[in-house]
Amino acid sequence: MSLKKVAADPSAVDLKKIERKRLGKRILSNWQLYAMLVLPVAYIIIFNYVPMLGAQIAFKRYNATGGIWGSPWVGLANFKRFFSYYNFGLILKNTIVLSVYHLYASFPLSVIFALALNLVRNKFYKRTVQTITYLTHFISTVVLVGMMMQFFNTRIGMFPKIVQFFGGEVHDLFGDPKAFSHLYVWSDVWKNMGWGSIIYLSALSAVDPELHEAAIIDGASRFKRILYIDIPTILPTIVVMLILNMGKIMSIGFEKVYMMQNDLNIRASEIISTYTYKVGLGSDFGVSDFSYGAAISLFNSVINITLLCTVNAVSRRVTETSLW
Amino acid sequence: MKKNKIKLAKSEVVLYTVNNVVLFLFAFVVAFPLLNMIASSFSSGEAVAAGRVSIWPVDFTFEGYEAVFKNEDIVTGYLNTIFYTVAGTAFNIFITLLAAYPLSRKNLPGKGWIMFLFTFTMMFHGGMVPTYIQIRDLGLIDTRWAMILPAGLSVYNMIITRTNFMSNIPDELLEAAKIDGASDIKFFLTMVIPLSKAIIAVITLYYAVAHWNAFFNAFIYLNDRKLFPLQLIMREILIENSMSQDMTLDTELMIHKQNVADMIKYSLIMVASVPLWCIYPFIQKYFVQGVMIGSIKG
Repeated sequence: MSLKKVAADPSAVDLKKIERKRLGKRILSNWQLYAMLVLPVAYIIIFNYVPMLGAQIAFKRYNATGGIWGSPWVGLANFKRFFSYYNFGLILKNTIVLSVYHLYASFPLSVIFALALNLVRNKFYKRTVQTITYLTHFISTVVLVGMMMQFFNTRIGMFPKIVQFFGGEVHDLFGDPKAFSHLYVWSDVWKNMGWGSIIYLSALSAVDPELHEAAIIDGASRFKRILYIDIPTILPTIVVMLILNMGKIMSIGFEKVYMMQNDLNIRASEIISTYTYKVGLGSDFGVSDFSYGAAISLFNSVINITLLCTVNAVSRRVTETSLW
Repeated sequence: MKKNKIKLAKSEVVLYTVNNVVLFLFAFVVAFPLLNMIASSFSSGEAVAAGRVSIWPVDFTFEGYEAVFKNEDIVTGYLNTIFYTVAGTAFNIFITLLAAYPLSRKNLPGKGWIMFLFTFTMMFHGGMVPTYIQIRDLGLIDTRWAMILPAGLSVYNMIITRTNFMSNIPDELLEAAKIDGASDIKFFLTMVIPLSKAIIAVITLYYAVAHWNAFFNAFIYLNDRKLFPLQLIMREILIENSMSQDMTLDTELMIHKQNVADMIKYSLIMVASVPLWCIYPFIQKYFVQGVMIGSIKG
């Protein structure tokens, strides 16, 4: 900054020289720090950037002899194949339905849960509720899906027994395409709602107690104080989290959906990442097609990054809160 | 305190009570499946099948657990998971600290660029297939390295650590050490690491939990059953229902075996999750701290 200002000055050239010399010296004097960075940077290049270059096979017809660099270019053929795939619309719809449903179910609930926890006056009670609801976050996806299959199992599960008790009709939820999104979303809420609320709780702890005191003197009820003090304080956090989540809308996780999938619910449970896996690596449709799989991933990544940038830009305009 | 209570208006009492009741109901909904799982794992297969177990064991037995520990796949998977968790976490910490410290230093020329190199990978990645090709070309398929190297660094954890270094290591300390003739590496080893035990504990736990629960890398990079971690074995038993069972003509024995096969699922879930749950109460504080550090933009 200061350099730019003196650029008009005739002695600026000298200054720049000195600065460059200093820079060289600074780099040299910090050689140990750079030495520390060698390994992590090499790591990130090998495991993240080389695969990014490898994504070029999305525009090629990959064959084993040519490899990534030697295979012939085919332009957008792989993308066209995906767009004209007869289930393309269905897969896209499933992906969007699952993630949007997930976002609008879990996001407000985490905020409300944090506000509710913040309201609890008994510390012991609060901590107990927190411990129980955070615990589920540490359950692995395999265990979660396994538990669900036991819980909803029509033969031995707890849920059908409860339904029967209230006179309902028992049917296999895992084989029902209509139930798939509900199972997916609400099991995730069960697992992550408590954990997701931590960030808002910590934002709430930053609320100035004097604000509350002043509001009490003015006769504001606790409910009014939530609306006019608590929520405005955590609003920036909410916006940032919303941006992050909106940006992730198309990158819905592979593991859980894949594990919950079966032949009966496939029409609701096939999403972009599971389809990518099957055509790219799983050889479910005959021979696995690296190029086709890479094209679908790339299509997905581009949508993701566009979404993230758009939401961020809109948010910067409208709320003056943004990620960068 | 008492004064406060007298001050509470009726509407406030209603609000607090309703709030507490709703939270209780929610905590119950969360806890119930867990309690049901624990109770079922200690109950006889017949009682579980008949749906007589809610949150207290019926016909208390260890049969499920015995079956779990008799299953060779499960035991091998368990040992593998322990190995991957320990070795993988050690590698994670090494790489994370090496990256986080230099990037936490002010005035390091080129820091912004290097930082961008890391953060960009959070937004964009090559995709499942090109990553697979790279891992294959490196010769990691069906080796234990496939469980350690591809998950070698979480940029998110690196940023948490870096943020913590920036706020917790005072500049004056570095200056004093420099005057005493300490090099950057010496300062890092003798001052930064001992002063950052808390954050190192946090990321160690984050990484360890991630390794313990990891599924995806094992799923696509491993074919050799001897290398499978517990999560893969569990998927076979819990989700694909493929327990190898000896066939028999004795129907009563068959039913009993079916019941044991159901029971083993509950016991298996417990065996896989209990290590995390046991350490959880002690580390909850650190985990929560981690989320809070992460929430401060670095």
